[in-house]
Amino acid sequence: MSVDFCGIELAHPVINGSGTFDAIAAHRAFGDELFERFPFAAFVSKTVTLEPRQGNPPPRLWEVPGGLINSIGLPNKGLSGYLEHDLPFLANLPVPLIVNVMGFSRDEVAELVAAFAERPEVSALELNVSCPNVETGLVMGADPGETARLVDRVRALTDKPLIVKLTPNATDVPAVARAAEQAGADAVSLINTLKGMALDPRTGGPWLGGVTGGVSGAAVRAIALAQVHAVAQAVEIPTIGMGGVQAGRDGLDLMRAGAALVGIGTESFRDPAAGERIASELGELLANSAV
Amino acid sequence: MTRTRAPFGRRPAPVTAREEHGAYVVIRCHDRFGPSPQPGQFYMLAAAERWGGGDGERPFLPRAFSVLRVAVGELQFLIEDVGPGSRRLSELGPGDDLALVGPLGNGFAPPRDDRVPILVGGGVGIAPLAIWQDELRAGGTESPGLLGFRDERHAKGAALLTHASVATDDGSVGHHGLVTELLADELDGRADDVEVYACGPPLMLEAVRAICTDWSVPAQLALESGMACGFGACFGCVVPTVDGYVRLCVDGPVLDAHKLQSALVAGAGH
Repeated sequence: MSVDFCGIELAHPVINGSGTFDAIAAHRAFGDELFERFPFAAFVSKTVTLEPRQGNPPPRLWEVPGGLINSIGLPNKGLSGYLEHDLPFLANLPVPLIVNVMGFSRDEVAELVAAFAERPEVSALELNVSCPNVETGLVMGADPGETARLVDRVRALTDKPLIVKLTPNATDVPAVARAAEQAGADAVSLINTLKGMALDPRTGGPWLGGVTGGVSGAAVRAIALAQVHAVAQAVEIPTIGMGGVQAGRDGLDLMRAGAALVGIGTESFRDPAAGERIASELGELLANSAV
Repeated sequence: MTRTRAPFGRRPAPVTAREEHGAYVVIRCHDRFGPSPQPGQFYMLAAAERWGGGDGERPFLPRAFSVLRVAVGELQFLIEDVGPGSRRLSELGPGDDLALVGPLGNGFAPPRDDRVPILVGGGVGIAPLAIWQDELRAGGTESPGLLGFRDERHAKGAALLTHASVATDDGSVGHHGLVTELLADELDGRADDVEVYACGPPLMLEAVRAICTDWSVPAQLALESGMACGFGACFGCVVPTVDGYVRLCVDGPVLDAHKLQSALVAGAGH
């Protein structure tokens, strides 16, 4: 069942979505059994920004039918904190490490990409483009031109595979994917969360500290399937499909729609070992069917 | 104190008994493969059947519950029906399975400097104090419980602890007023000799924190915050502390009161 992804050998096609699994915290909770049964074929770390971030004020979560809305705000230790505290631990994971980065300008992203380009512990980089460019006010991944200029700016800085994590909150997601491909991206991943909101039933005001958040879970599975299908038809580079995957069956659907790899996110919240189960179910399904 | 670590992944735990205590339900389950938890640790609970699974209904996420009590191979949880998750859990009985992950988080630490523990609980938050009282007794320490409830129906939960003094909002049982008034009486003249352990609704915990800060009494508070995963993945359960935001699931749920400027956790008790 092993797969080649942009030259990286993976034991199976199931990985995690960025920001949905903290291997360091999970090791505190579960100990070394986490390494013995590591649920993903590659580990995608939470978004790293140049400067440390505390994240959004709580409350940060709201359960919806078949899923949840989160407004976490990308808390992280910043580049130097990540290099000093997190990378040494993550380098010892039994699977390849993919680092997700985000900047508020092309120069910031370039600085992050250049810093990780020279780290042998890092197998690939994923660009989180669901963020406004402070210079233009445009969400980088919502606009094909912005996305192309970003990928163009950082492409030459690294030989490592560059994955662009597409936002579903865009008018024409396949056009953004094509722009990323033409500018030199090696793969695209989708979907990120869909913008959503919940009101505090007691006050009628926004429930989430960040006012709006991102919807994930089974509730978004059909949307993910449609977007993965559209993007996979629009580009030649590999697509990592994710969104509401709870079983091998859901992963098979995404692969039939054109995904090369399948990402697990919210389901890991329900069961930390969900990736292991889904990879096993998917393996059986793939063995018994032609994708 | 090193935490007891959880087996990796969710596991089924057959429900062996369901007991009603007024407004509360105690669910006992058989946990063959799990370690014995530390008092104050918690589990993420879901019903094995009819819980999300893509059918588009709530509940979808597991719910965090402190362990109430343990016996050999058995875990007990205290449930109050306050929403779709706790309602589904409170309906479970023999023949049903829980799906659980745990034990998780940091539990209570022993009292500092041989101080005498005082346990302060409110509502369903009395749960971790029962297992803590059991463990303290096993170590030769009797610890009184000061328990606050809404009314007589909820106050039946007091039977889950021994040596409990009860306060009720409506005066139907015990002291007519707040459990923190009982605490203030208890602390009078003994502030140098006691340590407070508390779990309950945000307003109660904040009152406990304020009293203990005023009296310079060390206090360990078991907090609650909306939680999706319980093992540090979602970053949803953060609470503000003097050190910035911390994830209650991996850095709590028990926090030292002096780490908090307020125990009024946004979104808790909802």
